[in-house]
Amino acid sequence: MKKKALSLALCAAMAASLFVGCGNKGAEGSENVDTSGELTWRIGGIGPVTGGAAQYGQGVKNAIQLAVDEVNEAGGINGYNISFNFQDDEADPQKAVNAYNTLKDWGMQILEGTVTSGACAAVSNETYADRIFQITPSASSTTVTEGHDNTFQICFSDPNQGTVSADYIADNKLGTKIGVIYDSSDPYSSGVYQNFAAEAQAKGLEIVAAEAFTADSKTDFTTQLQKCKDKDADLLFLPFYYTEGSIVLTQADKMGYAPTMFGVDGFDGLLGVENFDVSLAEGVYLLTPFAADAEDEATKSFVSKYKEQFGDTPNQFAADAYDGIYILKEAIEAANLTPEASNEEICDALVAGIQNVDYNGLTGDNMTWNDLGEVSKAPKAVIIKDGGYVSAE
Amino acid sequence: MKKINKLALFANKSNQRLFTTILVILVLYVLMTILDGTGNLSSLMKGLLVPVCAYSLVAVGLNLCVGYLGELSLGHAGFMCVGAFSSAFFSKAFVGIIPDVPRFILSLLIGTALAALFGFLIAIPVLRLSGDYLAIVTLAFGEIIKNVINVLYVGVDSQGLHFSMKDMMSLGMEPGGKIIINGAQGVTGTPRQSTFTISVVLLLLAIVITYNFVNSRTGRAVKAIRDNQIAAETVGLPITKYKLIAFTLSAAIAGVGGVLYAHNISSLTATTNTFGYNMSIMILVYVVLGGIGSFSGSIIAATILTLLPEMLRGLSNYRMLIYSVVLIMLMLFNWAPGILKWREAHGIKNFKSILKSKNTKEVQ
Repeated sequence: MKKKALSLALCAAMAASLFVGCGNKGAEGSENVDTSGELTWRIGGIGPVTGGAAQYGQGVKNAIQLAVDEVNEAGGINGYNISFNFQDDEADPQKAVNAYNTLKDWGMQILEGTVTSGACAAVSNETYADRIFQITPSASSTTVTEGHDNTFQICFSDPNQGTVSADYIADNKLGTKIGVIYDSSDPYSSGVYQNFAAEAQAKGLEIVAAEAFTADSKTDFTTQLQKCKDKDADLLFLPFYYTEGSIVLTQADKMGYAPTMFGVDGFDGLLGVENFDVSLAEGVYLLTPFAADAEDEATKSFVSKYKEQFGDTPNQFAADAYDGIYILKEAIEAANLTPEASNEEICDALVAGIQNVDYNGLTGDNMTWNDLGEVSKAPKAVIIKDGGYVSAE
Repeated sequence: MKKINKLALFANKSNQRLFTTILVILVLYVLMTILDGTGNLSSLMKGLLVPVCAYSLVAVGLNLCVGYLGELSLGHAGFMCVGAFSSAFFSKAFVGIIPDVPRFILSLLIGTALAALFGFLIAIPVLRLSGDYLAIVTLAFGEIIKNVINVLYVGVDSQGLHFSMKDMMSLGMEPGGKIIINGAQGVTGTPRQSTFTISVVLLLLAIVITYNFVNSRTGRAVKAIRDNQIAAETVGLPITKYKLIAFTLSAAIAGVGGVLYAHNISSLTATTNTFGYNMSIMILVYVVLGGIGSFSGSIIAATILTLLPEMLRGLSNYRMLIYSVVLIMLMLFNWAPGILKWREAHGIKNFKSILKSKNTKEVQ
């Protein structure tokens, strides 16, 4: 009898969960009805909010929400409010396309996403075919924009980061023998490395060791560090994210190996890693468009608002995403568009319009875009001193 | 005499099941096409049609291995990966040189053949093991494939093909050269050629082949080996040969799934979620949930489990949580002995028929 009751309960729960699926479809439908009376800008977002890359997607989602709320409070864009819908893609290309299709069914007009490069390359192919304007906060690979005139990046592209880093190291003579550790299973990391190596060659920098790791083995870097040490590398170029960065710094310190460390924008957030001895980060160079503890008014207000609402310090992804909404706002206002326009009209107007935008935001001053979809903004090389970022220039 | 009768009956029954499966798929296909034609199909559904078929194919392939060969393989995402990357490589290398249709057919053949070849090569050492050991080795194999592809750089220029396992620079390409496989960044810009029609045709083909295979002389031998290897050996069956045939066929079908997957998405990367152990286990979940040994069950399970997380999108942050809870409950409902007994007592003998009707509802 007990068993019967239990199985009945289970069946009921299962049936209920199936209805949840349907019910929520209905809810989406009703949302459509709600907003159709009042015309709004429908901006979609895609990024991982579950899975291994969830922290990046979550940051982007929160920051866009923050910006959307601010814009709506200030009267919207050209008098129309923004409705924002964010879908999870688990950083997987197939799931990202599913998320994109979901947003398309919702009536999305402009896409701000996706967060990761691999997924973004798949989605930008779709937006290109459907003529929906796309701006990505953080997908830095060139495959995202290549051949897609409707896709624009807010972050530096991989070639840009790699090349600028190599130039900076060469011009400031930070090191002569360079060791590189990179994540060969990550498109971002290997993309930056490839371009760094190409430019290093051109600039006469000697890469004495290029050691790879993969997503499956990113907790122990002693082998890679030992190899760099054996080759007497006096500068380590570390194009990956700060979580692994903190491990590299800790393990290098344990080995008594202290070369100059040079990270790229993924290193932003290093000082916030839990249980990480911040003093080890002293003297680390990083190339980042955004520093959460910068002193300017815009950054301060963004960081405090973000902290207040989400209880977390925003990282560079979030800052890029926040800028994204304001960049869209500026471009839409310049093009004098209204949400009545079709997706294609919006797309064409914005593709032309964004190239005339000159935007000052959290992640850079005088940001402009070329017809390849790449952003041009001054990369800030910063050095960590006394537990804070200081401009390296 | 009695035995032969039974066998004939079994064959009849299975033929009947084959026809029902084909009919259901065809009806769904026509339904989807009509819905699409009249503009009633949401973009989400439209985008899911090909992936559902691709995953179904891989599940059918694995079911052959798990259900009929009786060996647990945790490396089928690896075969899918081989099929996907080899075909995408071919398509991208010859885009603009060979016209679209013959190129897709060729890449389909290449993907399938290479997956089969890998299946064959792996099977030779691996099938000497069985049970847990086999599972571990296939798991490792799947990871090896994924990791090798992640460090594989291939480019083409006027000098021909360039290979490297180090990085892009060591390819020594001419300036105008084209990078085809770019390490962890995978293959981007594969021409999109997988259509729903092709997918359904391939799925039907795979079902007909597997059904006929398991009911053929070879298939009976494979099942005999599964049920009692020693007995099969004593009657003189060449164990290795039959195991190899079944495993290779299983890998080839997974490869077809990979080809469809690769030609449906323009950014092909080998990550844990797409071709790593996560995917392998997902495919195993399709097989176990759908019923080990039941091809139609695998297809139904693959369909439901691909659609379910998309259907749950409205739950936003709780989506994956609810998804796993539903998965646990489906498994319990399908396999828990107490529930099986209860189902029998209440006349729900064949859960599959329920699944089928539910499936139809969901797709609509």
